Amino acid sequence: MNIHQISIFLENRAGQLAQVTRVLADHGIDMRAISIAETSDYGVLRMIVDDAEKATAILLENGYILSMTPVTVIAVPDQAGGLAPVLEALAEGNMDVEYMYSLFTHKEGMAYMVFRIADEEKFAELLAAHGVILADKEELGLK
Amino acid sequence: MPNYYQPEIETASREQILAWQNERLVKQVQHVWDNVPYYRAKMEERGLTPADIQSVEDLHKLPFLTKADLRDAYPYGLLGKPLSECVRIQSTSGTTGRRVVAFYTQHDIDLWEDCCARAIVAAGGTKEDVVQVAYGYGLFTGGPGLNGGSHRVGCLTLPMSSGNTERQLQFMTDLETTILCCTPSYAAYLGESIAEAGLRDKIKLKAGIFGAEAWSEEMRRDIEQSLGIKAYDIYGLTETSGPGVAYECSEQSGMHINEDHFLAEIIDPDTGEVLPEGSKGELVFTALTKEAFPLLRYRTRDICVLTRKPCSCGRTHVKMSKPMGRSDDMLIIKGVNVFPSQIETVLLEQGYPANYQIIVDRVNHSDTLEVMVEMSPEKFSDSLADIHEEEKKLVAALKTMLGIYAKVRIVSPKSITRSEGKAVRIIDKRKI
Repeated sequence: MNIHQISIFLENRAGQLAQVTRVLADHGIDMRAISIAETSDYGVLRMIVDDAEKATAILLENGYILSMTPVTVIAVPDQAGGLAPVLEALAEGNMDVEYMYSLFTHKEGMAYMVFRIADEEKFAELLAAHGVILADKEELGLK
Repeated sequence: MPNYYQPEIETASREQILAWQNERLVKQVQHVWDNVPYYRAKMEERGLTPADIQSVEDLHKLPFLTKADLRDAYPYGLLGKPLSECVRIQSTSGTTGRRVVAFYTQHDIDLWEDCCARAIVAAGGTKEDVVQVAYGYGLFTGGPGLNGGSHRVGCLTLPMSSGNTERQLQFMTDLETTILCCTPSYAAYLGESIAEAGLRDKIKLKAGIFGAEAWSEEMRRDIEQSLGIKAYDIYGLTETSGPGVAYECSEQSGMHINEDHFLAEIIDPDTGEVLPEGSKGELVFTALTKEAFPLLRYRTRDICVLTRKPCSCGRTHVKMSKPMGRSDDMLIIKGVNVFPSQIETVLLEQGYPANYQIIVDRVNHSDTLEVMVEMSPEKFSDSLADIHEEEKKLVAALKTMLGIYAKVRIVSPKSITRSEGKAVRIIDKRKI
């Protein structure tokens, strides 16, 4: 828990992603997960980085518009049928997934998934009830 | 053989026209002095009384009226007749969102329709013709003006209003329309639609009267070819009545101004000085006969040239060139007046940064308007749906303000060029 995702506004045109990744690279920020939602004109780049605080400061300095969003990262078995039970539990609990994406980081036999759910507390309870493992910052190498 | 609707007026001698103008100007100044305190105060500021205006020679002494005056005096400040005498309003957008509302007595409507009738007859119209009016009806002057003119000539009038191309084409073929009235861009679009539908053989059009937006000679040729007609330009503005202030004749080389009703001057837009005939400058109109909305020396902001060279059509009224530009930043998009300040107002109201850019283009003969706005921290959300929702609100607010659809494009913060000095707010890609 307490993992923060950075969301950045990007115009949907050539070079925009290159520019932002270059800025992060130049400051030694390591991206652990990225996801993009886009329309034909613009998009939102969502990412988990090793040092969110530093990355935020750098991005703001470089004129980006961004927001921080709390997300939940869980570990699921990295095999067929690893993710489906979690989503089924969410469906049964009548909880909407706003969006989800996977992390680059792997642990022996496990994959990490990033979830954005409006009601985080209820989500945590549901995960606990189903014995789903939450990932912590340390194992993901986040500051 | 040239046709006239009111030959004794349209071909009157210059002396006769001047005599009418002198007499009407004196009368009109007195009318305004007696009934429009707003303008009377402007005259008094200059130490003028009606006695100072004895003829057209004295016109230059009178103060100008501008769109700003219309805004300040909104809605009744420039009214020259009691409301009980007025029978109609027409309206157009003004700066910063305040609309221009023009009032008409029945007399004003009659004269306006006469002017439109002259334009229709000059385009070859007779009572045998079927006139399809595909200008917008309602507050916009295009539809009501040409509709009235067509009635006066005795044409069978099809009050189609704009849009619904399929229906336009159906009436055009079934009722054998001979004269089409609409914006030039819509005429071009209809031309393409006719070709696509393979209806060219069923079209009986002979002429078109197209105005309310700028169009080039090249566009005229395209329209004439695609519709198989002669295409005539018509000019007007709501402030002075509507279309029919000036219109083209068979010579198609400039528009005759109805000088018995509208006194035209060309001024230097910077100094206000009256320029000699043949000079390029801002067109200024004095309404000589209007009762309800008697504007004196109204600055149109349209840049053009006047010429009194004799015309082969036999009309003696002065001709104005097509407007070559504006002395303000007003854009005419799809025949609708759009001011950048209106867009700015909406952006600020909706909480967007005032750094914007307007891109106007013409795609397939139809104007397009795109407003580029920068994303701001307040408007940003992690959710694409939220951003889109905000965008939809902005599009709706712009539509309400402008009366036309504007595509909104949200761009990166600080990405719209802030050049030194004046920002480039408008990119007009139309080649007119």
